[in-house]
Amino acid sequence: MSSQSSLGSASVGTRLDPWVSSYAERARGMTTSAIRALFSVASRPEVVSLAGGSPFVAALPLEEMADNIAKMIREQGPTALQYCTGQGDEVLRGQICDVMSLSGIHGHPDDVVITPGSQMALDLTVRVFCDPGDVVLAESPSYVGALGVFASYQCDVVHVHTDLNGMSAEALQEAIDLARSQGKKPKLIYTIPTYQNPLGVTQDQSRRDEILAVAQRNKILLIEDDPYCLLGFDGEVPRAIRARDAEGVVYLGSFSKTVASGLRVGWALAPHGIREKLVQASEASVLCPSNYSQFTISNYLSTTDWQGQLKVFRELYRERRDALLESMDQLMPDGTKWTTPEGGFFSWVTLPDGLDATAMLPRAVSALVAYVPGTGFYVDGQGRDSMRLSYSFPDADRIREGVRRLSAVIETEMELVETFGPSSNTGAIPRIGQSTPAPNLP
Amino acid sequence: MNKRVLVIAGGLSAERDVSVRSGRRIAEDLREAGFDGVVADIDAALIGALQDDPPACAIPLVHGAAGEDGSLQEVLQSFGVGFVGSDADGCRRTFDKAVASALMREVGVHSPACVALPQSMFRDLGAPALLGSVCEQLGLPLVVKPNRGGSALGVTIVTSPEELPAAMVAAFAYSDVVLIQRHVSGTEIAVAVIEVGEAVALPVVEIVPDSGIYDYAARYTAGSTEFFVPARLEGAVLQAAQDVALKVHSTLGLRDWSRSDLIVDSEGTVWFLEANVAPGMTETSLVPQAVLASDFTMGELLGELVEQAAARAATIAT
Repeated sequence: MSSQSSLGSASVGTRLDPWVSSYAERARGMTTSAIRALFSVASRPEVVSLAGGSPFVAALPLEEMADNIAKMIREQGPTALQYCTGQGDEVLRGQICDVMSLSGIHGHPDDVVITPGSQMALDLTVRVFCDPGDVVLAESPSYVGALGVFASYQCDVVHVHTDLNGMSAEALQEAIDLARSQGKKPKLIYTIPTYQNPLGVTQDQSRRDEILAVAQRNKILLIEDDPYCLLGFDGEVPRAIRARDAEGVVYLGSFSKTVASGLRVGWALAPHGIREKLVQASEASVLCPSNYSQFTISNYLSTTDWQGQLKVFRELYRERRDALLESMDQLMPDGTKWTTPEGGFFSWVTLPDGLDATAMLPRAVSALVAYVPGTGFYVDGQGRDSMRLSYSFPDADRIREGVRRLSAVIETEMELVETFGPSSNTGAIPRIGQSTPAPNLP
Repeated sequence: MNKRVLVIAGGLSAERDVSVRSGRRIAEDLREAGFDGVVADIDAALIGALQDDPPACAIPLVHGAAGEDGSLQEVLQSFGVGFVGSDADGCRRTFDKAVASALMREVGVHSPACVALPQSMFRDLGAPALLGSVCEQLGLPLVVKPNRGGSALGVTIVTSPEELPAAMVAAFAYSDVVLIQRHVSGTEIAVAVIEVGEAVALPVVEIVPDSGIYDYAARYTAGSTEFFVPARLEGAVLQAAQDVALKVHSTLGLRDWSRSDLIVDSEGTVWFLEANVAPGMTETSLVPQAVLASDFTMGELLGELVEQAAARAATIAT
């Protein structure tokens, strides 16, 4: 017996989305991804996730913060819970200048634009500068959040060769020359010079001079994204590129790693002409940043030993970095290589020849360990042989266990490749965000 | 007080995300139908949830191994909890694609010729020679897939021998045994069977992915696949497809609900590919579309299945 309302010839098709023919061109390709779906498994406590880049906010002085926030609401509630200016709170902008002075930057509060996370500051900068097809020169690999912004504005991203000292100045010049010879407009240079996400490497001072010289010579604005600068394990803060040039650099900073990511407070320090446009763009997007979050950060900076807290974070992250590097040294199969970060959250691992980190991820997740495949950090399909490991969230014992599991997965995969040969099928180039987890994955 | 129904969803498989979404939607449908639908993951807290506040019934919707290979069903059976869906034995017969195909061929249902082999066999005997032999035996094109798995994860269509090694590596990422199956081209369809008293086949769903392949993205990205319910096939072929699905349901010893994935070739022959004991229930899944086109509503259906499962458990208990 069957239940059927009509014969097949009268069928009308459905796509289960009535808006499918209305989406903008830039939304095409925003599809679900099996790789991204794997990260929902990584949220289970059985899985050691070396994937996400969440800061370890549990190490904050939470009781003190709770008291401060309660006091803030009692004493400043009507202001803290109200709209503020599109540029952000004036007191906090001054405090941000004090924070940036640790990096050698002399900035004026009037040139600071506070945003809901430095991600928004980047978004606004790209919005005011880039037309579809404009070229953005980025490191190879680069931060997936930035690549997502560039994609959303239909920029043409060119990855510039990057070594253990960061972006190569020679390669940058070559890339600019090539783009211009093709009739394209290089508009922005995007760099994370300190404890870069995902490589973990840092540009030394002479490399920073070289990169800036290329930007200045070619009259291309440089975006310096610097969220990890205060998290060097030796306690030293590298001198920012922005410290050398106030007119040619937009500096992006964030409290996500130094205070709390959930508060969503970041900023751009920009030359005044750019700053005005950023304020207008910000107001059009979000009206204003959260006053509640800004007041929380401002009070935290003025009442808490926040630099002492940075020392707590540095020591904690150093211990975890050491656990990662030592266990990789002991356990990783021959042929595996990795970077040695001196701060920040990440190490970049390159697999033995023939292995594909994207193809291997399901096996890893079955073995209860997660990482981010390298393809997530490129726009052009590179990175299949690599992965980003984050040591910021799991404790040292969990990290060691995670490396133990991961090394066993790599060995099994090596056996598979030995049996079948290296994969010659590189597969479709994943869209940005399709092989990386959501921001809240630890 | 409303009867409490525990929807078990999530798990640790690669299909966790799909399962969680399926579970949430079914729990919502249960609540609309007047039940207290609650979602629980298959984790350390599950046994406590079963013992401390025994539900009237459970609905296992964990996709992938633990939810579809009989393991979860064994646990529920051992705790005396009534549940919707096939028992452990039915799940075991079905989740192993090679076993299910063989059982269906034995009763005269067309199923593409296939070979199922573990990685160790390729390692020990030598992959090139073995793959060459498989190609010769089955011909091209081929479909390479995990022998146990769903949502098209790890599935590759291979049109040349050179593509086989990469396809094998991709499939072994999800399963210890890989199924290499002769590819049958034709109209891809799915038929759900609902068993309330007697088994009934729901309207046939025709699947037309824009990309040509009903892969993970095509399944779970709204708009990327066009569906026709009922399928645009001749009446006799539709009937034949439903008959195959009913035969699958009874031959594999399935219960309450199942979904058969089939292909109708250019000559109108219906080929059985695989069956599912915990079919997806997301916004883009096939069974909800079939229910929508049927004489049932999801709420009515769930109500009937829950009462049926609870009555079964009560009978066993006494």
